[in-house]
Amino acid sequence: MAVITYREALNHALREEMERDDRVFLVGEEVGVYGGAYKVSQGLLEKFGERRVVDTPICESGFTGVGIGSAMVGLRPIVEMMTFNFALVALDQIVNHAAKLFYMSGGQFPIPLVIRGPGGPAHQLAAQHSQSMESYFCHVPGLKVVRPTSPRDAKGLLKSSIRDDNPVIFIESETLYGVKGEVPDDADFLIPLGVAEVKREGRDVTAVAYSGMYYRVLEAAEEVEKTDGISVEIVDPRTLRPMDTETILASVRKTHRVLVAESGAGFAGMGSEIASFITESAFDDLDAPVTRIFGANAPMPYARNLERLKTPSKERIIDAIRKLCSV
Amino acid sequence: SINFLGGHAIVGGYLPIAAGVGFAFRYEDRARVILCVFGDGSVPQGEFHESMNLAGLWKLPVVFICENNRYAMGTAIQRALAQTDISKFAAAYAMPGEACDGMDVLAVRECVGRAVARARESKAPTLVEARTYRFRGHSMRDPAAAVYRTKEEVEEEKRRDPILGLRERLRGAGALDEAAWQALVERVEARVNDAVEFAEASPEPPAEWLTADVYA
Repeated sequence: MAVITYREALNHALREEMERDDRVFLVGEEVGVYGGAYKVSQGLLEKFGERRVVDTPICESGFTGVGIGSAMVGLRPIVEMMTFNFALVALDQIVNHAAKLFYMSGGQFPIPLVIRGPGGPAHQLAAQHSQSMESYFCHVPGLKVVRPTSPRDAKGLLKSSIRDDNPVIFIESETLYGVKGEVPDDADFLIPLGVAEVKREGRDVTAVAYSGMYYRVLEAAEEVEKTDGISVEIVDPRTLRPMDTETILASVRKTHRVLVAESGAGFAGMGSEIASFITESAFDDLDAPVTRIFGANAPMPYARNLERLKTPSKERIIDAIRKLCSV
Repeated sequence: SINFLGGHAIVGGYLPIAAGVGFAFRYEDRARVILCVFGDGSVPQGEFHESMNLAGLWKLPVVFICENNRYAMGTAIQRALAQTDISKFAAAYAMPGEACDGMDVLAVRECVGRAVARARESKAPTLVEARTYRFRGHSMRDPAAAVYRTKEEVEEEKRRDPILGLRERLRGAGALDEAAWQALVERVEARVNDAVEFAEASPEPPAEWLTADVYA
């Protein structure tokens, strides 16, 4: 087990899966010669050549469609979005084609496709380069949606996504590429899709959080443990669709109080979905209403002070935990 | 199993997918070709241009076949395209472009045949523009098709009917007499009727199919 960065973990996953299966290839903007805008694909062109590491012009609909078409006839493409913001340009390909062709063909054409790249809030990248989009994709039947939090998750979930026969939306994070952690180097290390992880054990409150918000909730949990003696359990869903509701509900039945934290705007967001199934399935176990923490209802501002106000802060999370526990 | 990759309902949306199929054929070094058929209504779409560019750039074995019937639903081509000579778009993407009489079956066969051979031999794409016409309305809700074009225009175009045109050529060449023509018409009608009967006699899909095949 080596300590490596989230970025390296993704790179190793790509490398191992491309070594394992010649049908797997990487396509996207700047993935080859440039080594990836965020250097996730560094060294892959040198190892696998231009046939399997394919630089594209700027045309997200075009190269996403290339991924879908090649998947229809047996390849296993990985499409890199330089950032997930640009996936919106390819939404027709993703929603109308990738997600539906298996259904529309009566099961004749599985689409084993991974669309991956960074998303969510970043540092001063502003409205069009810094936003959470997982709830859009989660709304679409036929798609799977993954948001890895730790380097270990990044590697194990990306490898499972590549081996999955469905289109998988795999949203990384600019702010996490440098995070270090222990990652198994076994070439068959996999984390199954649809399995949550209890990342921190606790007694008093269940916090559901993923990606960058996990780390902020973790800081808050450590602080309230010291200052208030409140013990927070953190559950990371890891895969948002399909969601491992059982692991989350088991934690709720233990703590009876829930906080759901997400960086995106709250309206029709991930927190709404999570709060809804908890209320439907574990109403009698709750000692307080499910609390949601989410980003302000505005596009991401560029100004640093406003950016800080846009995403939920550690202080806001701490306040929410205290309030939940005083009920 | 019959090498048919389905019908797709987003105008222009499946052109990048055709480029992807061509990409896979090249990736696996197979001497195969993908034919992608679309209407003139796809040409103003961005996905047409992105697909043409990628196919031209990467030399993909794709034959883009535009059935130019001069109307995208109710919008005439001169109200939709700055360049109505569609085969000329090929030049912008460094591939051969060829227009043919889309009402002449043999001309279409020759033109597409050349494009397929080119794709097989040099893995290069072609844009074929088959100039044709739609006699009926766009859909059941547009039976008369009279709002956006004249009856005279439709009647004039009907004189180019591709089936009748082929019949005259075969007759002229002494390859088809009246009895053979009648037999052919009956065979085609029987086949269509069989298909309609099959569809009408087939049961409705069972309820469990609603959520089957959402995920592989």
